Amino acid sequence: MSERPVEAARGDALTLAASVRSGNRRARDVVEEHLEAIAAREGEIHAFNVVLADEARAAADAVDTRVAAGEDPGPLAGVPIALKDNLCTRGVPTTCSSKILEGWRPPYDATVVQRVAAAGAVAVGKTNLDEFAMGSSTENSAFGATRNPRDPSRVPGGSSGGSAAAVAAGFAPLALGSDTGGSIRQPAALCGVVGVKPTYGAVSRYGLVAFASSLDQIGPFAVTVADAALLYDVIAGHDPMDSTSSPAVAPRVSATLHDGASGVRVGIIDELIDADGVEPEVRAAVERAANALEEAGAKVERVSVPSVIYGLSAYYLIAPAEASSNLARYDGVRYGLRVDAEDVGAMNARTREAGFGREVKRRIMLGTYALSAGYYDAYYGKAQRVRTLIGRDFARAYESFDVLLSPTSPTVAFELGAKASDPLAMYLSDVCTIPTNLAGHPAMSVPYGTGRDGLPVGVQVLADAVQEPTMFRVAQVLEERA
Amino acid sequence: MSERDHYEAVIGLESHVELSTTTKLFCGCPNEFGGDPNTRVCPVCLGLPGSLPVLNRTVVEYALRLATALDFEVPEESIFARKNYFYPDMPKDYQISQYEEPVLKDGSIEIDGVRIGIERAHIEEDTGKTVHVGGGGRIHEADHSLVDYNRAGVPLMEIVSRPDIRDADQARSYVTELRGVLRALGISDVKMEEGSMRVDANVSVRKRGASEFGTKVEVKNMNSLRSLGRAIDFEIDRQVEALEAGERIVQETRHWDEADGRTHGMRTKEGSSDYRYFPEPDLVPLAPDDAMRAAAADLVPELPAAQRARLVADWGISEADARVLVAVEGLADYAEAAVDALHEGTPRDVANWCTGDLLGYLNESGLSPVVLPLAPDGLAELVGLVASGKLSRNQAKEVLDECLREAKRPKQVVEERGLAQVSDTGALAAVVDEVFSANADVVEEWRHGDDNVKKKKRGALMGMVMSELKGAADGKTVQALVDERLQG
Repeated sequence: MSERPVEAARGDALTLAASVRSGNRRARDVVEEHLEAIAAREGEIHAFNVVLADEARAAADAVDTRVAAGEDPGPLAGVPIALKDNLCTRGVPTTCSSKILEGWRPPYDATVVQRVAAAGAVAVGKTNLDEFAMGSSTENSAFGATRNPRDPSRVPGGSSGGSAAAVAAGFAPLALGSDTGGSIRQPAALCGVVGVKPTYGAVSRYGLVAFASSLDQIGPFAVTVADAALLYDVIAGHDPMDSTSSPAVAPRVSATLHDGASGVRVGIIDELIDADGVEPEVRAAVERAANALEEAGAKVERVSVPSVIYGLSAYYLIAPAEASSNLARYDGVRYGLRVDAEDVGAMNARTREAGFGREVKRRIMLGTYALSAGYYDAYYGKAQRVRTLIGRDFARAYESFDVLLSPTSPTVAFELGAKASDPLAMYLSDVCTIPTNLAGHPAMSVPYGTGRDGLPVGVQVLADAVQEPTMFRVAQVLEERA
Repeated sequence: MSERDHYEAVIGLESHVELSTTTKLFCGCPNEFGGDPNTRVCPVCLGLPGSLPVLNRTVVEYALRLATALDFEVPEESIFARKNYFYPDMPKDYQISQYEEPVLKDGSIEIDGVRIGIERAHIEEDTGKTVHVGGGGRIHEADHSLVDYNRAGVPLMEIVSRPDIRDADQARSYVTELRGVLRALGISDVKMEEGSMRVDANVSVRKRGASEFGTKVEVKNMNSLRSLGRAIDFEIDRQVEALEAGERIVQETRHWDEADGRTHGMRTKEGSSDYRYFPEPDLVPLAPDDAMRAAAADLVPELPAAQRARLVADWGISEADARVLVAVEGLADYAEAAVDALHEGTPRDVANWCTGDLLGYLNESGLSPVVLPLAPDGLAELVGLVASGKLSRNQAKEVLDECLREAKRPKQVVEERGLAQVSDTGALAAVVDEVFSANADVVEEWRHGDDNVKKKKRGALMGMVMSELKGAADGKTVQALVDERLQG
């Protein structure tokens, strides 16, 4: 393994949880150690919108009390976790990095927040993101950009850049993010950590502030594949509060994590590895990853999934359309920012004008247009047909393959400001990750060597719906052979 | 022939019905009228960021019951859609409704032998309520506004008729029948006055014999059956007058003003609203399975039309009486319970009381038959007292009145007032004798008079006997005795 991140010194989640559960380490000490790491470097990185030091200490003490009392403190006992700031946390500000949610404290916890807390994890802070998860660099935050711990002149990716950076900087071994078009996988790749986008419906969205409801999915960040598997097993599973949550029991991925890749059929997606803008080092990393899997007994071939090249266009109609509706509620009437005006309509308009950033406004306008009478069929309707086509092409590929491989991001981490004024260039960062969201399938990014300027490269492992166990197995092999 | 007679109205009705489920459409908050503002709310019905809707299964069951009752087709799958527009009483600034794929399609209802088509019925959520303070209660002139979200998320069913209705009477009959069906199904309170049923009318007119429709106008804000009829009549006249004057009808929404009896164009900016409907991504398609469909069909009780037919056949009452019994909430049930408790007398007697004095009392008191101070078996008792000749009809009216006002049983009133009717023929004959002796002149006039005089004098004698008895006798018996005496 060429490069081990700094946080290895503080231990991975599995090791930490085991030592807390066995009473060898106090959760409180684990948390203090991470709070010190945050204090040392957060000023430079700005991974968090808020650090929950007091709350974390209290939660850690509660874990220690349970251990002392001989109770089961849960599989994530005492493990610090960073929460993307679009996950509702009861009584704790949840901003989506937007001015429009100024002062809002949710009266409830998101289902995933409840589940990680019940598993003994300790939330250490709410992480920065591109406003309402719209962006690929975490520069579109009302509270300032997050920097990449690998090279602070670079972006961490986005939109879950704060969560990726928190894990990469060793502020917490685990984090939760949300992925609508690549918002977990792309920053994971750029920060050199593991990031997972589960099957749509595998993890409850209840309490995730919606960006594009049919695409959004919550998933784990971790330093290792095994830690990501541990967190996935905690958060996956049916939730009666989310109608789109799958009623089936989610298969536990940890159980088969070490089953190897022997006999697994792996397809390298032609259209993505050869896409415009894919850096040669990134392409080479994917090829080396494929070779490593072959050496581990997998059968590797190239495969064409023709319609994925239309993914980006379809995505930029569907996601903004849903967003234009999801973000309508920020109108100054009930919570968050209000800019007073002479009547309700003007108050709505002025509040939204002052509260939303440029990228959010751009997408609301795009989506409103795409849904307008007379344009619906040409834009939204057509994008939905492309979506169906992508699903069909993937289905055909999965008749012959168990997993697919591609780059996660076409490039390594770019400089802050490099694409900030060019939305289209920024949108292209997600060209490899978007098709998965449109299909509703799982995919994850695994660090695989370095590219330009010695920066981390992520390889994306894609699988068919609910095939997370196979996807994690393959990722585990890649991690071992990186 | 007036101008109006050259025209034919084409009317379609959109009925919005609040469903009487225990909880709201997409969350567990209670679905109850009233309550302190913003006390029946949760993250879901307040549309808080991150919250998600989960469909109330009972609402689907209700829709399936309605499907059986009104012969709707239930598509394999229907989908929810978002209707997007900004309004402060709508927590998400979109309404979850159904658009292209409603839960029910192509039903119908029969009104006086005519089938009125029902295009569709769909499920949607209600909004909250805004109270505008100052500025005469209008939103644009108010000092400030307060919003109560207790009603937000209450389940509604919108039932859209085809333009098969031709006049105000038929429109009222359609609504009456629809209310009866919804009530019989137990899926809504259907009270127009309380807003649990709102009916908007699409009205257009055309020359008789024309096959094209005229330009339609949507009329809103009718809060009773009466105002629905008045609004439609007004609107038909307005449109006919406008056309006769060479004007064009503008497609618009008009508000009915109950006070001045006119419809008024709304002052809001026109331009067709674009609701940017799209499928609701937070909900999965609604696909009722066979078991659910079958279970709902089993829950459909006897519907008003069938009930009327049965009452006419079994009780020998008129169609008109049956219509009244079935149309008034709970009245037919009350009458049936009274008939079940009957010892003497006929179901027809029960029906007569119910559609007469009892209905008068219900209208006057505003009470429902369910909470009447006189239980159905009490009415049966009263009918029995009349049938057995113990009370005259006039006495019985008084007894009923006291029963209702004082919450007493008929026999108790009869006892307290000493009202037992003189049914002893001997005693009656004595009174008749007395009257005949005291009024021999009248008897003489009867004897020598023509038919007309005979009739008058006989009536006078009858009246004197009854007055002597203070009405406490059966009229027919007295008449027989008087006739016997005159002839004899």
